[in-house]
Amino acid sequence: MLNAFLEALLFQAGYNTALVAIGAALLGIAAGGGGSFLFLRKRALVSDAVAHATLPGIGLAFMIMVALGGDGRNLPGLLLGSALSAMLGLIAVEWITRNTRLAEDAAIGAVLSVFFGFGVVLLTIIQTMTRGYQAGLESFLLGSTAGMLYQDAVVIAIGGSLAVAFVLLLRRPMTLVSFDAEFAATSGINVARMDLVMMGLVMAVTVIGLKLVGLILIVAMLIIPPVTARLWSERTEHVVFIAGGLGGLAGYLGAAFSASAPDLPTGPIIVLISFTLFAISLLLAPGRGVLAAFLRHKRFQIRVHRRQGLLALARGEVILEPLTRRVLRRERLIRRDGVATEKGRAAAAKAVRDESRWALARQLYQDETVYSRYDGLTPIETVLTRDEIADIDRRLGPPAPVM
Amino acid sequence: MGAEFVQLSLTPILIGILAAIACALPGNFLILRRQALIGDAISHVVLPGIVVAFIVTGTITTWPMLIGAAGAAVVAVIIIEAIRRVGRIEPGAAMGVVFTALFAAGVLLLEQTDTSGVHLDVEHALYGNLESLIWFSAEGWGSLLDPQALAGLPPELFRMAAAAFIIGVLTIIFWRPLKISTFDEGFAGAVGVPTTIFSLGLVIAAAVAAVAAFDAVGSIIVIAMFICPPAAARLMTNRLEIQVLWSIVFATLSAIIGYVLAGYGPLWIGRDHAVSAAGMIATVSGIILALACLFAPHRARIGAPKEG
Repeated sequence: MLNAFLEALLFQAGYNTALVAIGAALLGIAAGGGGSFLFLRKRALVSDAVAHATLPGIGLAFMIMVALGGDGRNLPGLLLGSALSAMLGLIAVEWITRNTRLAEDAAIGAVLSVFFGFGVVLLTIIQTMTRGYQAGLESFLLGSTAGMLYQDAVVIAIGGSLAVAFVLLLRRPMTLVSFDAEFAATSGINVARMDLVMMGLVMAVTVIGLKLVGLILIVAMLIIPPVTARLWSERTEHVVFIAGGLGGLAGYLGAAFSASAPDLPTGPIIVLISFTLFAISLLLAPGRGVLAAFLRHKRFQIRVHRRQGLLALARGEVILEPLTRRVLRRERLIRRDGVATEKGRAAAAKAVRDESRWALARQLYQDETVYSRYDGLTPIETVLTRDEIADIDRRLGPPAPVM
Repeated sequence: MGAEFVQLSLTPILIGILAAIACALPGNFLILRRQALIGDAISHVVLPGIVVAFIVTGTITTWPMLIGAAGAAVVAVIIIEAIRRVGRIEPGAAMGVVFTALFAAGVLLLEQTDTSGVHLDVEHALYGNLESLIWFSAEGWGSLLDPQALAGLPPELFRMAAAAFIIGVLTIIFWRPLKISTFDEGFAGAVGVPTTIFSLGLVIAAAVAAVAAFDAVGSIIVIAMFICPPAAARLMTNRLEIQVLWSIVFATLSAIIGYVLAGYGPLWIGRDHAVSAAGMIATVSGIILALACLFAPHRARIGAPKEG
């Protein structure tokens, strides 16, 4: 199994598999990049409505193609139908949000469920059609589990590269719009049109991904990588690129992995790899990660204990709190028996001196920001200039030593 | 409208109505709180819940399934909340991350598990099997008074009725605090309503409705009924009491018209196969919502500036 996985990873497992892996990677890049704009615009779940709204289009396209005497399973034809009905769904969401009092989330949910329900009705009609035989349209729900036809793989690869090119071309205006729509408007960008383009991109990704990932899970490729990227960066353009990279990675690994063993459906595997990357990021990311938050808390705790320990030393109190003792011991400010060292006495004297400096500074500069900067931890040297401190010291008189 | 109707269509219609009402009731509040998509998320995460329950117990009996589904819903809500708080991610996106990942996990587990002996697949989870919930032992309208025939009613009917009843009673009991905390959370907190408990309770009620209905009718109806009837009702009135009544009316209408169209509609136009009842009920609820959007008396947003 590991062998098969490596083969698929290194394009050794046959032409089709390689093509699908490349297509999945391209689709992942386009979905991650395009989804970032949607996510930053706080409209991530609109893509869910778009994706579900493709189903009736697929059914109708199949029925029309059969009625015209063709093969109902022609992929470009089905994709065209799905794109048209996705567009209709999108228009419905926009129209409901703009013209009625219903909020966008209600519009999304309504369009999603109604279009999907109607699509299911069409699927059951197709199942009973004389020429419907095994249409295999159910594979659009969850993507295909088994190998893919050569033409289908080509459609995915070409569509994926087009979508990536699209993201690269329009990333500047789309970044502006998703970051600050009003600023974008004043810089001469047509925000409404950019929104439309963004949705067009989402629709393209959805339609291309139908065969591979399926319409229920394609949303994950548009949402999870951008959310993951957001954990790593505070800069819009970085988020877009990181999301593209993560999406591409998940698509590529997922396609290779699912080709390496039976019963590993591509769509769910890609989504789960994406989610794993997300979970790792949530743990490790700087700033927003769980680990970073824990370390931040720990550092703060140590600063508080050090400060309070020094002030206690200055007052000549015995320190019993174990963490405080450990912190002071580590810096050799106290001896093993808890008595302050030379260095500890100096530091304690400095801490007391700083407290009285702060107290006076807060009287002198009541109206200024200095007043609010006092939290018992901030060194006064980072807030006042040397001259100001010297002035305060003159008023305080000479410092008292700690015995 | 004779014996055949009672045997084949009466119970599915009743179950459909009960499921629709059970979902529409919490849906009213979810819509007003801008949490409409919670129903969508819950109905997706139900799948991994029932698959895990099947793997653990090896059967598809009711209780393990319900417990598994409810457990998955609670787990999902907790993870969503954790991601929102820890990663400072907006709730919509956090929801999108969690429900797609859990659904994917469900599909993968299902593919990896040998389910050849039982009726458990993704299609069933989506469409439900409303049409198959027929009343075998009925012989006509008279069977409604015949205890022996009544004993043969599909168990889903009682389960759905119980869920709808519980949710209805809870809605009536907690009407005032629920209403206050929905419209003005700050005020509700100030007058002593435990708003956190109420918003969590609402999600749990929605989960109960979703899980009970899911078993009988599939997730499409669940999502559609959470949103469409309350949304249409929202456009009919400015009063919550009346909105809830309208939503019940719309839910009932959707279930009846949808089922009849799915079961008998194709016969009327000369085809001999019924179409998916779940899909049709969702479609009808959508048509009702579309009509409400176009003609309902209170459809416009008042006081909001027109977007140019």
